[in-house]
Amino acid sequence: MSEGTLYDAVWDRHRVRRLPSGQDQLFVGLHLIHEVTSPQAFGMLRERGLEVAYPERTHATADHIVPTDDRERPYDDDAAEAMMQKLEENVEDVGLTFDHPDTGRQGIVHVVGPEQGLTQPGMTIVCGDSHTATHGAFGALAFGIGTSQIRDVLATGTVAMEKQAVRRIEVTGELGEGVTAKDLILTIIGELGTDGGVGYVYEYGGSAVDALSMPGRMTICNMSIEGGARAGYVNPDQTTYDWLRDTDAFEDNEERSSSSSRTQSGDDPEKFAERKEYWESIRSGDDATYDDVVTIDGSAIEPTVTWGTTPGQTVGISEPVPHPDDLAPEDRAVAERAQEHMGVEPGEPMDGYPVDVAFLGSCTNARLSDLRAAAEVVEGREVADDVRGLVVPGSQRVKAAAEREGLDETFRDAGFEWRGAGCSMCLGMNDDQLVGDEVCASSSNRNFVGRQGSAEGKTVLMSPEMVAAAAVTGEVTDVRELDAAPEVAR
Amino acid sequence: MSADDGPVDVPAIETVRGAGIPVRGNDIDTDQIIPARFLKVLTFEGLGEFAFFDQRYETAGPDGEGGQVAENPTDHPFNDERFRDANVLVVNANFGCGSSREHAPQALQRWGIDAIVGESFAEIFAGNCLALGIPTITADSEAVEALQDHVDEHPDTEITVDVGDEQVRYDGTEIDAAVDSAQRQSLVAGEWDTTALLGANPEEVAATAESLPYTEL
Repeated sequence: MSEGTLYDAVWDRHRVRRLPSGQDQLFVGLHLIHEVTSPQAFGMLRERGLEVAYPERTHATADHIVPTDDRERPYDDDAAEAMMQKLEENVEDVGLTFDHPDTGRQGIVHVVGPEQGLTQPGMTIVCGDSHTATHGAFGALAFGIGTSQIRDVLATGTVAMEKQAVRRIEVTGELGEGVTAKDLILTIIGELGTDGGVGYVYEYGGSAVDALSMPGRMTICNMSIEGGARAGYVNPDQTTYDWLRDTDAFEDNEERSSSSSRTQSGDDPEKFAERKEYWESIRSGDDATYDDVVTIDGSAIEPTVTWGTTPGQTVGISEPVPHPDDLAPEDRAVAERAQEHMGVEPGEPMDGYPVDVAFLGSCTNARLSDLRAAAEVVEGREVADDVRGLVVPGSQRVKAAAEREGLDETFRDAGFEWRGAGCSMCLGMNDDQLVGDEVCASSSNRNFVGRQGSAEGKTVLMSPEMVAAAAVTGEVTDVRELDAAPEVAR
Repeated sequence: MSADDGPVDVPAIETVRGAGIPVRGNDIDTDQIIPARFLKVLTFEGLGEFAFFDQRYETAGPDGEGGQVAENPTDHPFNDERFRDANVLVVNANFGCGSSREHAPQALQRWGIDAIVGESFAEIFAGNCLALGIPTITADSEAVEALQDHVDEHPDTEITVDVGDEQVRYDGTEIDAAVDSAQRQSLVAGEWDTTALLGANPEEVAATAESLPYTEL
């Protein structure tokens, strides 16, 4: 078993007791809830006559079903309206902090937590959403749970968990020009497989990870679950502390502090120093023991996209799509079905694969830096004829910040639709869906069949920069070549 | 938790017996088990009929008026009359990968599934199954494929999923299987509904909370 890692330290600090099953009872430092997976849990709580044990450690937002175009209430979609009303009712009953759309703080749960400073190193964080791993970017232990576990956490402030093994993923070298955190995590999943992380927590480190910004670290931790790992994390460092200092939790700004969650400590610099002492104390030691170590050469990674229907079916942009016969025997049938669904040919590169929709959004890649990077590609270019381009900021704050920089104009001028914040076309629970057999160049996290709302739809996962490049050329395109030859755009 | 709550009574689950239904393929994700459009609900009731919905029809999707288009049924096992009364689902590797939606095991359970035998399971999915009292028992791929073939040929075969002894038995065949140790203990002890267990020591929980450097208000 691992020893001396951040995972061990955070686990030990939060362990309440050993349960008869051999699982541990873990205290939950932050419980994030949203409208899709919480209503049944509140229902079960009421049925059993239970109350929320730690309302001050529970924080709500609405993201999955929220419309991104017409956000007037009541929503056009009755089911979405009913879900929103139920969340409003539950939040009101219990007295929870809620990033309601009227607050200007609403957004995707994994965007709002980090941006408000709710997410901090050394916390345990759970949410009824598999992409909760995102918060591990701060050195938190964060994982997705199901609705029955949401009930447990609401009722007791704790969750029953088994401790897992820790795999260190050491990314050496540095990422090249035009290569992003998204390309790195797609490469990692491609190499280790979609179930390679089952039973593990991933610790990402090494020079290429150290050099990543917080949004970049969030992107890689976010997709840990696509590699089978329920949680992933990066040890906190100066990059982490610099981000936190600017959040509501610690920023010396009365107005913002008063509007932030009660779970935070306000604007006291001494408090920041005290917290930082804890954050430093939980970092993995130089002599930490891991259950497994995998080394990836970050310098060798190129812009990477998916060719199939699992996030592990990835290929560098200059590489050919593999032939199923060249894959491991257990992967062949899945690959054949995927290639048939996608209409891709083994031996051909994904470069040039035509797209109908470009989706820039999701908890993986809809933060301000993602929008900036995509806008830089889009600047002075136009979305190709017959391509539908959609930009969905991760939160209302991301949207407002982008508008202050004029990014909305850049996208609109190029022919993109500029939408309100939410999960949107990542999973098509609102009106933002693929139609028929449309192909989507998507900055989201899952290319499963039917994921984006149409059973015949096709998803190609890629970085925001690559989505922008695909939008302007109308086909999967190496963004680095686009930069070298701007005349490609009309 | 309020003080007068007794534990919710859930049964001990040592064995599950019944007919099997094979759903073949690796990496069957939760979007396939229950597409996201069926998650726009406030309870889990009625999800059973939507299990594997988009796999079960050539043409499937919302009809634009709140209903579903479901045309040209496929040969998916969940459409196959022979398996209509089955309660033991037999699957391959990495079953249930993807989202944390408990709607996936809820839909399977409400369709009639009481136990799942597979090569491997995604972690959150297996945890969600446990919370519903559905064992997820694993065996090697040869044994699982043989069971799938057998069930296909003899759909009425009674399968015994023995959680306590970590075995799957059918027609004279005994498969050495594995159940995660915490899952086995919880099912066999009838302690798979953890709310009461976790709510039994609020003072201890509060002490842990107070010991953390970030919990002051």
